[in-house]
Amino acid sequence: MIETTQEELAIDCFLLAGRLLIQSGAETYRAEDTMLRMASSQGLTDAQSFVTPTGIIFSAGHKRPTRIAQISSRTTDLEKIAFINSVSRKLTAGAITLEEAYEELIRIEHTNLFFPIWVQVLASAIASGCFLIMFNGIWNDVPYAIVIGGVGYLIFLAMHFLTKVKFFAEFTGSLFVGLLSVLVYQAGLGYQLDKIIIGSVMPLVPGLPIANAVRDLMAGHFVSGVAKGMEALLTAFAIGAGIALVLSF
Amino acid sequence: MDWIVQGVLSFLATAAFGVIFNAPKRTLFHCGLVGMTGWMIYYAFIRQGVDEVFASFIGAFVISIVAHMLARQFKTPMIVFSVAGIIPLVPGGLAYNAMRTIVENDYAKSIQYGARVFIISGAIVMGLVFAEVFMQLIFNAIRKRKARLAKVSS
Repeated sequence: MIETTQEELAIDCFLLAGRLLIQSGAETYRAEDTMLRMASSQGLTDAQSFVTPTGIIFSAGHKRPTRIAQISSRTTDLEKIAFINSVSRKLTAGAITLEEAYEELIRIEHTNLFFPIWVQVLASAIASGCFLIMFNGIWNDVPYAIVIGGVGYLIFLAMHFLTKVKFFAEFTGSLFVGLLSVLVYQAGLGYQLDKIIIGSVMPLVPGLPIANAVRDLMAGHFVSGVAKGMEALLTAFAIGAGIALVLSF
Repeated sequence: MDWIVQGVLSFLATAAFGVIFNAPKRTLFHCGLVGMTGWMIYYAFIRQGVDEVFASFIGAFVISIVAHMLARQFKTPMIVFSVAGIIPLVPGGLAYNAMRTIVENDYAKSIQYGARVFIISGAIVMGLVFAEVFMQLIFNAIRKRKARLAKVSS
């Protein structure tokens, strides 16, 4: 069994790992599992954790204080999840000490692992163009889908950065996708309005909440599963509302 | 020719989604492969005249299985590979039609499209669930077999 100051550090370390996992968009059961594995590798065998998308409750066992970590924002950052996963693997295997793990987690928290903005915009532009053809579009419309998809995603990122209101970024993104598509169509450049809109709006689709909601529900985490399912549904509604607003004129 | 175009495009689209979701750089190529596998299977079924629901189910099933295998190989969480892979299967066109018909006040049609979106999403989800159960059974069997072999050899 570890001593008191060590114990504080250990609990801090587990909470940080759990919080970073949820913030990067990991499944709830992965966060719980990771924290408990790390805890039992440090001799805290009767630890308990309760994870929801907005907060973590972690108890190290009898007579030890229960701690809470608040989670205010969530993004999609698969690389961070993979990094924390490997830190937890190394700690459980005994390859690194608790202090090293904690330092590494703090370093992970403060590094920005995302691709540069222009790479992300380029990626969504390419994805939009590809989806247009995959959904039986015609080659003539591809350049427009590429441009509109890129611009739509750029606006989405900008709004995400500017406002903290949830779903508003998706709404504005899809609104601009709709507007630009209609403009291109009215100007006689694009032929299939429907396909251009569908292709360009694809980068906004909430892929991670959908996949996570399912895995959480299957693992029996109904609170998180339903919450994430709702998040996915509301995001989809926000996208749909943006497009609907344009089409209704 | 059509097949090659679809294969290349689905690979590019899924890898691009890997970038958007910030998948680790060393896995981007495999993310693309997962998406291509899923989409080609979906496309093959659709071309044979199979219903979209079943095609989506099989596509998601295969994506999840391949993602599980790659996750073991790369020692990364499985969602790294599966999340980008299922994006092409999302029924975007139908969802768009459901939205458009609502705007046109044609609610009866919109409910038809909406139900279709719901069923296809359900099929993707069921594909993921079945694959998860399937892989658990297989890995358990392999683990048991290894344990038995270890006992015999010692």
